[in-house]
Amino acid sequence: MIFTVDNIASMLLGGMAAGMVLFIVSVGLSVTMGLMGFANLAHGAFAMLGGYIVVLVMRHWGVGFALALAISFVLTAAISMVFERLLYSRLYKAGELDQVLFTIGLCFVFIASLTVFVGPENQPLTLPDALRGQLDLGLLQYRTYSIFLIVVGVAIAIGLWFGFERTRFGAQIRAAVDNRRMAESLGINIDRLFAVTFGFGSGMAALGGGLGAEFLGLDPQYALKYLVFFLIVVSVGGLGSIAGVFWASLIIGVLDFVLKKYLPQGGTLFIYALAILLLLWRPQGLFGKPA
Amino acid sequence: MSVTPHMPDHPAALALARRHSLRWWESLPWIAALAFFFAYPNHLGFGTELLIMVLFAISLDLALGYAGIITLGHAAFFGAGAYTVGILAHHGIWNEPLTGLALAALVAAAVGFLSGLVLLRTTGLTFLMLTLCTMLMLEEAANLGHHWTGGFDGLPSLNIPPLFGVFEFNPLIPKTQFLYVLGVLFLCFLFVRMLAYSPFGQGLTGIRENTLRMHAVGAPVRTRLVVCYTISAAIAGIAGGIWAQANAYVNLGTLGLDRAATVLIILVLGGFGRLYGAFVGAVAYMVLAHFLSKIYPTAWQLGLGLLLVVIALFARGGMLGIGEVLMQRLRPKIPPKEPASRPSP
Repeated sequence: MIFTVDNIASMLLGGMAAGMVLFIVSVGLSVTMGLMGFANLAHGAFAMLGGYIVVLVMRHWGVGFALALAISFVLTAAISMVFERLLYSRLYKAGELDQVLFTIGLCFVFIASLTVFVGPENQPLTLPDALRGQLDLGLLQYRTYSIFLIVVGVAIAIGLWFGFERTRFGAQIRAAVDNRRMAESLGINIDRLFAVTFGFGSGMAALGGGLGAEFLGLDPQYALKYLVFFLIVVSVGGLGSIAGVFWASLIIGVLDFVLKKYLPQGGTLFIYALAILLLLWRPQGLFGKPA
Repeated sequence: MSVTPHMPDHPAALALARRHSLRWWESLPWIAALAFFFAYPNHLGFGTELLIMVLFAISLDLALGYAGIITLGHAAFFGAGAYTVGILAHHGIWNEPLTGLALAALVAAAVGFLSGLVLLRTTGLTFLMLTLCTMLMLEEAANLGHHWTGGFDGLPSLNIPPLFGVFEFNPLIPKTQFLYVLGVLFLCFLFVRMLAYSPFGQGLTGIRENTLRMHAVGAPVRTRLVVCYTISAAIAGIAGGIWAQANAYVNLGTLGLDRAATVLIILVLGGFGRLYGAFVGAVAYMVLAHFLSKIYPTAWQLGLGLLLVVIALFARGGMLGIGEVLMQRLRPKIPPKEPASRPSP
């Protein structure tokens, strides 16, 4: 029986939880790609770095999950800002090919470094007791952690939307996405804006990497394994659109969850097909503005 | 109205007329390949693999280097060719090598033409994503249709009859494979070389350098891009088909992101948009990968990553580009000869 209420609800919840992780990781990629037009294939590497920091900090320093996530956010954001200032910024005006090569190279460097310093094996994440087990939702029981992810994801989405639409910094980002030269001539410091946004986006990726490590696993291949999904979410949602990334993540998260369950071999075919059709119909993505 | 006088000895005219003539060093890759055949009879399997990667990289060079079509999904065509040969041979429909290759080229060209027709409307990041998704979709389709494609396990031990009915494909002593691939590579390279120097090739370079201006001079930009993409796909299909014949099996790896990334790296390493970049890149990459990746896999990955970063930041012409710069530095500077009397405008 596929279509019982229980079944549909549990598939929706599981898919939404996965979708939220996708959202948290991809939102930074969407903003940096929309803002700087940079094909950053190393975004998954920053998510992976964040996941590793969470696991290692919890294991060696014995700090709690929440604090580990915060440390991971700050560290990854700082590291990525150094990369942005020193290396990325040289390639803003270069073509996509150079950007793709540079960020693939960066991915390899991250993968090799983590293999050397931490090891090639999967790093398990131990969740705090409060997040383990099942939660009684009245209608059905479901994994506490999945519910937690959904709550956190929605909270982050609302917070980001508020920051993007209602604060001065958000307005500066939107202005720079729409018309960079005009924004620059109005006195917005674009270099600083780029660095801060890039750092924040990578920090979000780190957060997503830490939150998703429990069910995505965490090994050095992470950087490339899930990259295609992050890229699909961003391009389907529309570059630089937070609402777009949110809905695209939910759709793809739920679809992937259902397909993995009922069509484990080759089911991803339908996600790629959907992405191709959507991009042909709207090259700028669901919520993107036409170029 | 002034008529440009006919000046066959003008330096520019001479350079233009001699542009496509053969240079002595252009025979070096072929001499090296034949020398390899006699010198290292125990490494012919590796040599065959290397030659196939050269062919594959040349096909990518036509699209990426000449026309500036930046694709992440070129393995789609390699896989299409490989699976054409594999499926036909495995199900006993057709297994003659040469006609099999022609069919592989045809199928890959069809995939390239259809996808190019639709995808080449887009540019930039969208196009990048679409090529990537198309390739991954084909990979999943091959995974899903396991009745025909063998799914995850692929199609092992294909029965490929002798070439011309005489030369056996021996998996242990791959002499036939090596010479067969070398011959096919030579023919394909001659074709690509001719294409690159033809007006069509010049048109492609123009599109790469300035699409808007090519539109403005009335060049059929989209048609040329689709034709170029189709030819490139056909050659990639030949590379895939010959890979399947030489190895006598097909698997999902022929269609995957790994292969697409490898060929891109090879081409960029050697230098794209130059006829011999594929040769230099493939030799450098494959030899290093062959020796390093087994002994120090992590160091190999780290080195490759750093190399890519350095190339993207500082040496966009790849190894051939670096060589060219060095040659120009070393060469004594002679001012270009001017003709005695310049035509007045």
